[in-house]
Amino acid sequence: MSEANVQDQSVQPASVEPPEPSRLSQGIAEFFKSPAAAIGFIMLVVICCLALFAPWIAPQNPYDLMQLDIMDGRLAPGSESMTGMVYYLGTDSQGRDILSGMLYGLRTSLMVGVLSAFAAAIIGTTAGLFAAYMGRRTETVIMRLVDLQLSFPTILMALMMLAILGKGVINVVIALIIAEWATYARTVRSTALVEREKEYVEAARMLRLPGWRILFKHLLPNCLAPVIVIATMQVARAIGLEATLSFLGLGASVTEPSLGMLISTGYQYLLTGLYWISFFPGIALLVTIVSINLVGDRLRDVLNPRNAS
Amino acid sequence: MVTSIIRRLFQAIFVIVAMTIIVFIGVNVIGNPVDILINPDANQAERARVIAHYGLDQPIWKQYLMFLQGLLHGDFGDSFVYGRPALGLILERLPATLELAITALGIALVVGLPLGLYAGLYPKRLSSKLIMSGSILGFSLPTFWVGLMLIMVFSVELGWLPTNGRGPTMEFLGVQWSFLTGEGLRHLLLPAFNLALFKTSLILRLTRAGVQEVLPQDYIKFARAKGVRESRIIGVHVFKNLMIPVVTIIGLEFGSLIAFSVVTESIFAWPGMGKLIIDSINLLDRPVIVAYLMMMVMLFVALNFIIDICYTILDPRVRLDAKA
Repeated sequence: MSEANVQDQSVQPASVEPPEPSRLSQGIAEFFKSPAAAIGFIMLVVICCLALFAPWIAPQNPYDLMQLDIMDGRLAPGSESMTGMVYYLGTDSQGRDILSGMLYGLRTSLMVGVLSAFAAAIIGTTAGLFAAYMGRRTETVIMRLVDLQLSFPTILMALMMLAILGKGVINVVIALIIAEWATYARTVRSTALVEREKEYVEAARMLRLPGWRILFKHLLPNCLAPVIVIATMQVARAIGLEATLSFLGLGASVTEPSLGMLISTGYQYLLTGLYWISFFPGIALLVTIVSINLVGDRLRDVLNPRNAS
Repeated sequence: MVTSIIRRLFQAIFVIVAMTIIVFIGVNVIGNPVDILINPDANQAERARVIAHYGLDQPIWKQYLMFLQGLLHGDFGDSFVYGRPALGLILERLPATLELAITALGIALVVGLPLGLYAGLYPKRLSSKLIMSGSILGFSLPTFWVGLMLIMVFSVELGWLPTNGRGPTMEFLGVQWSFLTGEGLRHLLLPAFNLALFKTSLILRLTRAGVQEVLPQDYIKFARAKGVRESRIIGVHVFKNLMIPVVTIIGLEFGSLIAFSVVTESIFAWPGMGKLIIDSINLLDRPVIVAYLMMMVMLFVALNFIIDICYTILDPRVRLDAKA
């Protein structure tokens, strides 16, 4: 149903098309039919708000060393500092409030996830479209590169990039982009190959529209559904990978910890029973990843043209 | 069939060559090896000596040829940290990683296959739904965090299992193995379970999807109509047809298990390749990094090659040529 509408739109004048605000709202209604997806969506909104407004919500700025008091180090959840501040989730070894650290860490994690998934989506989609539209040499070169990359697991690609680029959050983002673009390219190419043969592209060719216009105005909108689904899932994957890499000491710095880094610093205290430094950031990470996956799972069902009818 | 194998072989060699170029460019051109190799306090003469020693004054293509030559001889240079050949260091730790990966794969299969089969055969049961929800959790839980929680529960709180290392090992076929001693086995349990978690969910879901694809097929209905025992239908008709995708995934995932053991080894201080590479990246031990990357490239190319061949043998309908 949705497929046909989009296609018509690109060929016929807009006035002929019946007004269709219903399609989007139908999709939204369809999305919220699943309670799990609805819960995931609400959790995700809450998480995004927490991350976005962290500087205003957090009791403490965990990146500002002036605000940290080493005397308050390793306090159990619920302890009170000398100044009367309550550390609801305890503190780490440097006296950093775990709750504040988590809120700020969430910002880093979400930023890394969204940024890398978005950039990889743009690069991969463009490459996939080009491969499908140009065919021949271009297609062979791009798809061989994609095959090459996809035969290695993401973490290995990311490790390889970090071994070359060195440590740091920005390098983690770059490594994730390089590791993930191929997934988009492969999916977009196969979708675009199907779309390319349809009448509306032929019609656009007949009109002698320039190649880039056909690519981005006609083919691209019709290939977007799978891209959105993959991008959602990739945000979750990227967040998990960033945390893993930070845990391994290859990502965020100790002074500006991400969730993975917080978990990592808590690791050495775990054996002595100070569980909260690692435990709570891990829960935050888990909730974030699960809610994104729930939303992504549902998006796939809703956007899949096979299920739409 | 022979042509397709030969073609595939050429592709594999091409991939290896391409990766040597990528790794070489990455390590020698993007990162400046002079900065890494030479003590910043060194004087001019010392600098020149080191540069000449590593051939860094040569044109880049010559350096690449030297790199290839070393590669073919298995010579990646000496580790800056250990002062010993890099490849030897890695090969020394390979058994520990293999032991961990194989055990994890075993756990994933023993747990994942039956549960997936059950969830696929009885999708309506509550227990099946629980299994499927559990597998979503298995996908979403960050491996390293699960590892920490395992340590917290089983080592710190309950004190049942040790937290790190391989424990005592026993020699078998000239290599040290942990699983041959009781204490070593106890050391192996937590890391292997940690590494297996993600793959268990994967195999479970794959098996379930496979079962649901096979069950409505005509040959199952026919077997039922013929009055074949249910156990035989499941054991032979369903299970056999399931195995094709599962075998492929096992091959692919084995490589990924070795790659992901980086994380588990770091948590449990398991003395394998993964821990070595993380230490090497942190210490900028370039020869070890290069040797590790090249070894992994070869491993994956070889694995993919073997899987492709197995695939053609297992399922005659698949022709490698048809893919291109």
